[in-house]
Amino acid sequence: MQNAHCGKLTRRRVVAGAAAATALLGSPAVVRAETKALKVALLLPQSGYFAAAGQSCYRGAVIAPKVLADYGYHVTLSYYDFESNVAKARIQAERAIGDGAQCLVGAFESGATLAIAQVCEQRKVPLVVNIAAAPPITEQGYKYLVRNFDTGGQLLTNGLRLIKDLIAATKVDLTTAVFLHANDTFGMSMRHAMDKLFPVSHMPFKIAESISFDPQAQDLSVEVTKVRALNPDIVLVITHAADAIKLIRGMVMQRFEPKAIISPGSPGLYDEEFFDALGPLADFSIYTLPWANPKAQMTQALEAAFKPAHPKYRFAVDSFNVGFTFEALLIAADSFKRAGTANGSQLMAAIRATDIADHVMIGGPIKFDDKGQNNNIRSAVVQNRNRTPVVVLPPNVATMTPVLPMPPWHGRT
Amino acid sequence: MFSLYLNVISQGILTGLIYGLMALGLSVIFGVMRVVNFAHGEFAVVAMYATFLVFRYYGLDPLLMILPLAGLFFVVGYALHVTMVDRFVGRAEHEQFILLVGLAIIMVNGLLMIFGPDARAVNLPYGLDSYLVGPLIIPKARLYAAVAALVLACGLFVFLRYTRTGTAIRACVDNLVGAGVVGLNVKRLYAITFGIGLACVGAAGTLMVMIADAEPSLGSAYTLLAFIIVIIGGLGSMTGALVGGVLIGVSEALAGFVIAPSMKSMFSFALLAAILVLRPQGLMGRQT
Repeated sequence: MQNAHCGKLTRRRVVAGAAAATALLGSPAVVRAETKALKVALLLPQSGYFAAAGQSCYRGAVIAPKVLADYGYHVTLSYYDFESNVAKARIQAERAIGDGAQCLVGAFESGATLAIAQVCEQRKVPLVVNIAAAPPITEQGYKYLVRNFDTGGQLLTNGLRLIKDLIAATKVDLTTAVFLHANDTFGMSMRHAMDKLFPVSHMPFKIAESISFDPQAQDLSVEVTKVRALNPDIVLVITHAADAIKLIRGMVMQRFEPKAIISPGSPGLYDEEFFDALGPLADFSIYTLPWANPKAQMTQALEAAFKPAHPKYRFAVDSFNVGFTFEALLIAADSFKRAGTANGSQLMAAIRATDIADHVMIGGPIKFDDKGQNNNIRSAVVQNRNRTPVVVLPPNVATMTPVLPMPPWHGRT
Repeated sequence: MFSLYLNVISQGILTGLIYGLMALGLSVIFGVMRVVNFAHGEFAVVAMYATFLVFRYYGLDPLLMILPLAGLFFVVGYALHVTMVDRFVGRAEHEQFILLVGLAIIMVNGLLMIFGPDARAVNLPYGLDSYLVGPLIIPKARLYAAVAALVLACGLFVFLRYTRTGTAIRACVDNLVGAGVVGLNVKRLYAITFGIGLACVGAAGTLMVMIADAEPSLGSAYTLLAFIIVIIGGLGSMTGALVGGVLIGVSEALAGFVIAPSMKSMFSFALLAAILVLRPQGLMGRQT
């Protein structure tokens, strides 16, 4: 009876069917995309100078779709290597959008991120910045950009505050420092932030001199000689892995023994490359950085997915790059789910309205201010111990107590 | 303060001698064949990786690998000349450029595929040790590498000056037509020269890995460095290559110490510009 009723062709049914078919066929593709996955392009420096970090971010991206799917999010990823070259970053962004990417994630390096942001702005495709600290990224009024990472100023503010806590916790007398920084976009932004913030941060030590170096230089022995001449207690460094290795080697060769080597918010001292090259000499270096929260459920899920996917790599070492890259994808996927569309402006509006309480990195909910900046990220003091990054402050997330002053080099080799 | 300057200068000299050996290869090839090897730095990087591999799997000190690797690179250079480069000798510069840059790109990408982008280090047992001579701190690895570079450069001088093959090669430089008329096998001599050039760069790469990590992307920087050194020293002048290397090493070190470390490279280019203006043939080059 019911079947017979359903099969009956009436004028009303024909009109309704035609309307439904018209709506389905005539509606924008973005509406039909509601049930599909968001197409995200990852722009990373997978080769060239920043390759180690880019590869680390890539490892996080590779495992993300599966972990996100477990949380009910769907993304498909494509990867674009900009070879640590700003000009190529712009070209690759154009290419990714041309290939159909509905959202871009990247790019680890500030200069490249700025180049990609300009393309995204022109093409009205959202860009979720995973890692890049230069303040101009969120200061230039880009409407299609959010940054789930601290600015150089925020990194440094958090870093200096934590260094003060570190000195108080260890009760070590540290009175002078040298600030040694790379002269790339990131390094110079940190230098400007340091010049601005240090005088008002009331630190218990003075900066004797700020020295910039070329991060791509083959040899940093002159830089070390210059630092050694000033004989500071602390060497504050803004580095990447390759130059951090050269600096430590130079210090060992020139028998220079600072009480502490601290990075107030830069990579370099936690990369696998750094541990591989220096072995026990990598230990006891300290960095203040946003870090993965080991107690968060999502971090544990990410770690569980990381181990079988990358058996040769350690999550503890990769967690910074992996965590932020995953979170950028989480923001994109969550926004897509809420927006129900991949249309650039609507997806961007959803991204701007993000409010994710449960995530990977230490800090409050992921939210963006009017400029697209997440201000809820918090740093931790991390120290290399037995060639593994270990959180040593603040005490509520620490798994070890900090060691200062550093033990001598030659006792360790 | 004086001791600090002394340290900076000594480091510059030691590094400059290794740079000099690398530039020597470029200078020899250009001086004899008038071919500019645009893949020069990439060959040095290949030598660095070869040294890294042998050290990793057999634990052999790079100093013991200099001669075998230089020999291997000689053979590679000879074969490369016979099969490829010879066809481009005497042809337009841009054709030589394309050939050698193409070769460089293949090498860089080959290294990337095999080793990945990470830096590879040869962690010698004495790699982080240094000698204390009064106020001077001399890193052992750097000192050994520099002395080896100097010995190899002297060996090459002796070869070119006192052996029959060396004399024949010099004859080709002085008068190519004359060399052919008296029956010298110019093609073979060119192949030997190209082999010698690569042997130099192979040895320099072996020494370089004692003081710097191997990375696939380093090649172009080394090629550029070798060019600067050779132009400053004088294209085709062997002594000039060594002097240019030391000059660049010392001036970069002093500029880094006195002005700003990040301006080291800028200083090299400034020196290059000054030489090009004041003495275009280079410090020890012959005016043509």
